[in-house]
Amino acid sequence: MNFIYELHRTMMSQNLVLVYQGQFTQETTKSILTLAERNLEGAEEDPAIKRKVFNVMVESLQNIVKHNDDVAEGMHRHQAIFLVGREPDRYTIMSGNPLHKRKKGALQATLDRVNVLDKEGLKDLYRDIIQDTTISEKGGAGLGFVDMARKSGEKLHYGFAEMSKDISFFWLKVNVSRDQSS
Amino acid sequence: MFPAIKVAELNCIRMDILNLEGTEDTPKIILDKKNGIMEISGRSLPEDSTEFYKPVLDWIESYAKDPNPTTTFVFKLEYFNTASAKLILDVLYALEDIRGIKVEWYFHDEDEDTEEAGQEFSELVEIPFEFKTY
Repeated sequence: MNFIYELHRTMMSQNLVLVYQGQFTQETTKSILTLAERNLEGAEEDPAIKRKVFNVMVESLQNIVKHNDDVAEGMHRHQAIFLVGREPDRYTIMSGNPLHKRKKGALQATLDRVNVLDKEGLKDLYRDIIQDTTISEKGGAGLGFVDMARKSGEKLHYGFAEMSKDISFFWLKVNVSRDQSS
Repeated sequence: MFPAIKVAELNCIRMDILNLEGTEDTPKIILDKKNGIMEISGRSLPEDSTEFYKPVLDWIESYAKDPNPTTTFVFKLEYFNTASAKLILDVLYALEDIRGIKVEWYFHDEDEDTEEAGQEFSELVEIPFEFKTY
């Protein structure tokens, strides 16, 4: 079967409203945000939900810009991917990027530290980090995952897939409920 | 000496007005001592937040040496990323010692996240905050 049709069907069945794979820069971040905003406006989404989705997207995209490890493999270049899904009850912001395995432990520790905390715990951690942090050379404040967890109100889903001896594929999935009362 | 005059002029310009048009990823900024207008509004998700906020922090540093009798600093932010949040806290730290300082923190009606963010900032500094919707 035609792979275009296959891809189209996959996107439909997975409820994907936005898919981007390629180079990630501040410029592409801005373009993706503009596209997503139009999509959210078209769907007449509640402004509070819209803001949460937008916030999670920003942190996720800027994480990729800062931490993505592009990997060449023969003729191919493994680049990062960014996806947004919309289901009746929630938005899902997903990303995946190649990552040097030596960074895996620290990343996992950061995410696990966030995932054990409840709402108040996340608030405290955010406050502790923002008072202590200095902006890194890459421009991060070390607050991205904490902020995503707070905006989401759910655990951050993540995992690592084996790509090669030195490289893992890191994926992250953040849900934002469309039900405001939750 | 000629260079000394140059420095004085530069300081004068810096103290006067900082006016930056907002873009899709940076906020609109007006810092105007003479008219008593100090406002950061819009969205803030620049690639390099430290660099973007440097002129703001420099302006406040000069202003703090000879401030107006009262100062109202307005934040009217629609979105800001976490790197900007850190710099907003730095802006608040820089404002903290100015006598007669007050912050007006605006948020969209029902935008609990921005309201909460303002409340959390207010707990980190010794500045009176007034919360307003727009």
